[in-house]
Amino acid sequence: MGSPLVEPRAPDDTSPETSGLVMIVTMGVIGLISAVLIVGAYRSTLETIKENKAAFLEKSVFEVLPGTARKITFGANGEELREMGEDEPREFSYHAGYNASGELTGIAIVTEGQGFADTLRILYGYSLECHCIVGMKVLDSRETPGLGDKIMTDPAFRANFDALDVSLNDEGKEIRNPIVLVKPRQKTDPWQIEAISGATISSRAIADMLTASTARSIPFVEQHLAIFKAGGKHGE
Amino acid sequence: MANDTATATPDIAIAATSARDENLEALTRGIWRENPVFVMLLGNCPTLAVTNSVINSLAMGLATTFVLVMSCMIVAMIRDFVPKEVRIACYILVIATFVTIVDYLLQAISFDVHRALGAFISLIVVNCIILGRAEAFASKNSVLKSSLDALGFGIGFTLACLFMGVVREVIGAGSFAGIPLFGPDFAGWSIMILPGGAFFVLGSWLLLFNWLAARRKRRPA
Amino acid sequence: MNSNPHNLVLSTSPFLKRPVDTPLIMRHVIYSLAPVALAAIWFFGVSALLLILTCIGGCMASEMLFEGKVPFRQRTVTDGSAALTGLLLALTLPPGLPLWMALVGSLAAIVVGKIIFGGLGQNVFNPSLTGRAFLQGCFPVPLTTWAAPGGLTDFFTLRGDTFALPFTNPEFDALSAATPLAKMKFDAAGTPLADLFFGNVSGSLGETSALLILLGGAYLAWCRFLNWRIPAGIFITIFAFATILHLANPERFPDGFFHLLSGGLMLGAVYMATDPVTSPVTPRGSWIFASGLGILVVSIREFGGLAEGVMYSILFMNACTPLIDRFTQPRTYGELNTENEPGESRG
Repeated sequence: MGSPLVEPRAPDDTSPETSGLVMIVTMGVIGLISAVLIVGAYRSTLETIKENKAAFLEKSVFEVLPGTARKITFGANGEELREMGEDEPREFSYHAGYNASGELTGIAIVTEGQGFADTLRILYGYSLECHCIVGMKVLDSRETPGLGDKIMTDPAFRANFDALDVSLNDEGKEIRNPIVLVKPRQKTDPWQIEAISGATISSRAIADMLTASTARSIPFVEQHLAIFKAGGKHGE
Repeated sequence: MANDTATATPDIAIAATSARDENLEALTRGIWRENPVFVMLLGNCPTLAVTNSVINSLAMGLATTFVLVMSCMIVAMIRDFVPKEVRIACYILVIATFVTIVDYLLQAISFDVHRALGAFISLIVVNCIILGRAEAFASKNSVLKSSLDALGFGIGFTLACLFMGVVREVIGAGSFAGIPLFGPDFAGWSIMILPGGAFFVLGSWLLLFNWLAARRKRRPA
Repeated sequence: MNSNPHNLVLSTSPFLKRPVDTPLIMRHVIYSLAPVALAAIWFFGVSALLLILTCIGGCMASEMLFEGKVPFRQRTVTDGSAALTGLLLALTLPPGLPLWMALVGSLAAIVVGKIIFGGLGQNVFNPSLTGRAFLQGCFPVPLTTWAAPGGLTDFFTLRGDTFALPFTNPEFDALSAATPLAKMKFDAAGTPLADLFFGNVSGSLGETSALLILLGGAYLAWCRFLNWRIPAGIFITIFAFATILHLANPERFPDGFFHLLSGGLMLGAVYMATDPVTSPVTPRGSWIFASGLGILVVSIREFGGLAEGVMYSILFMNACTPLIDRFTQPRTYGELNTENEPGESRG
């Protein structure tokens, strides 16, 4: 306290005291100009940012659903399912993909869960042809580089999602064989995910997220196929 | 930090020839001799946090430079009629405005880079280089000189980020700006991409810079 | 009676001295580790031998390269501390690790762990563990790929891609096996205690035989080169904590003996935590250090994301050591408590 090394700045006695009104007016004017600039920047970039976000989602959907040329986003509230714009409230989103001739190729679904480091968000594509998952893309991840982030790069792990079986049982209410995680090089059945050696926790996070999400979404999708298929026709 | 920046008092009239020298001095000072990161050790939060790749470092450096130059220009413009008592609040308002603008611009220009930098763009607002230059230099100097000074420090910061980013990406991932350098068999030193590696790299650069400075001092001028 | 005045030693106490210096202690520690190293070579063959030689050579070479740079210290490579750092580093590594990575670890151990702090005696963290932590951060996958133990019959079988080209990733084959701790953590599978005790398990070189490490530690403690309070405190804390957890939920938590005998705990508690430079000097401080370490180890193993927590626990407690030392300084006999501010109580 009171260190002699730091000389306190001598108060500037010559300048008269500023009145409160001047201070308020100055800050008010600067605040006003700032507000105008920010709103201007927001308005002029809004369209581009929206396009970028939509383009990113569309690109991701095309990645997890091979052969897709168009995407329509459906929103679901309870049993209600219809095409929804970006801002409409909904419980779940389903991104339906259509090929060039307007036929439904599959449904892409976003799901999230706790990874090793932080929340993981992934997008997976469910193909109607094989009743299996044909693609998985990690949207948000803070997993450890070189270890947990292998869920994005490891070829053996990626191969799990070439055709991961999630077909329903005969009643059509549940997945016949829920997705399970197995050790590296021990995959025997099409509904198993082979873990990454050294990144068991991240692998398990992905498997758990998919198990939970498919148990809820796949029966729903199969029951509402007509609505999804119709989307491709009238959107022509 | 404020006392070593040799701030010229603006009241004294300066001869035309030395004014050009002073402008040049204002521009070059921040790039090397008073480099904000390697010499003054300011703004270490973004330097450590987002320099894990060349692209991220460059984006962070450029975004900060933009905010720095625009803020210092405005601060120099309004320096005569902002009351002393509320000057810090006004500077922060100006800085925050440009940070918000750069946030939108970056989202519009490259969505991927914005996703990679995340919250650190918003945190430019508390980067002490910017408030430091506004308070120590721009609030006392002409618009031209303040802009040159801000540009110099911005370039210095960008260079420092790049120095960090290049080392971290090349050693950590074996690539430069996403282009693989050493083929598929290269074993990246992941620690360099992790936060811990940033401290190693910054420490090594400081070692080098201090060693150079000590050697320069030892040599008779 | 000594009549020659030149032999009269004039000095303050202590007057009785043992001829103990750094090289002597280092030599004895290395002797006591020899059986552990030999056991590692028995279980993991030529890979282990090469790894030990590489680490010792790498550490000594790094020390020679930088020893002149440390003020007041000219030749330190001959005092044996670098060789010991190398040997201990090798014992913490998995047997199949590529040799070039071991060299990187040796360099990090000596330079980052010791030289930049000012050399032997100045370092905050245990150098071998610093080197290992650096390697773990750089190459997490090779550092957690373990080979199953064998015997003398497959002495010349490499336990991994030992000769991977520098700066390239090793190639793994089917030899890899899970350590007892990883089996417990990820598969809830136990391992017979006898295997753990005699060392017939997969793991790093020195993670194998608890018996030999205990014998080495007993020898050092008998020579008074080792602060017996630290390993004793660690074992007691871990056993107590683990037993409480086990009794509370036997399904989920393994018992105390498993914790004591598995992983790098034996090597860490006997040889790393007792490093005189990085552990407290006072008896009371030693107990605090040891119990903190034990609680951390069990917490990381049972509640953390990693299977093994000995390395990070020791490094963390190393960082606490100056603080522990400061608060456990004994009062000099007859000293009045005048230095302290009124109201501050000490000891």
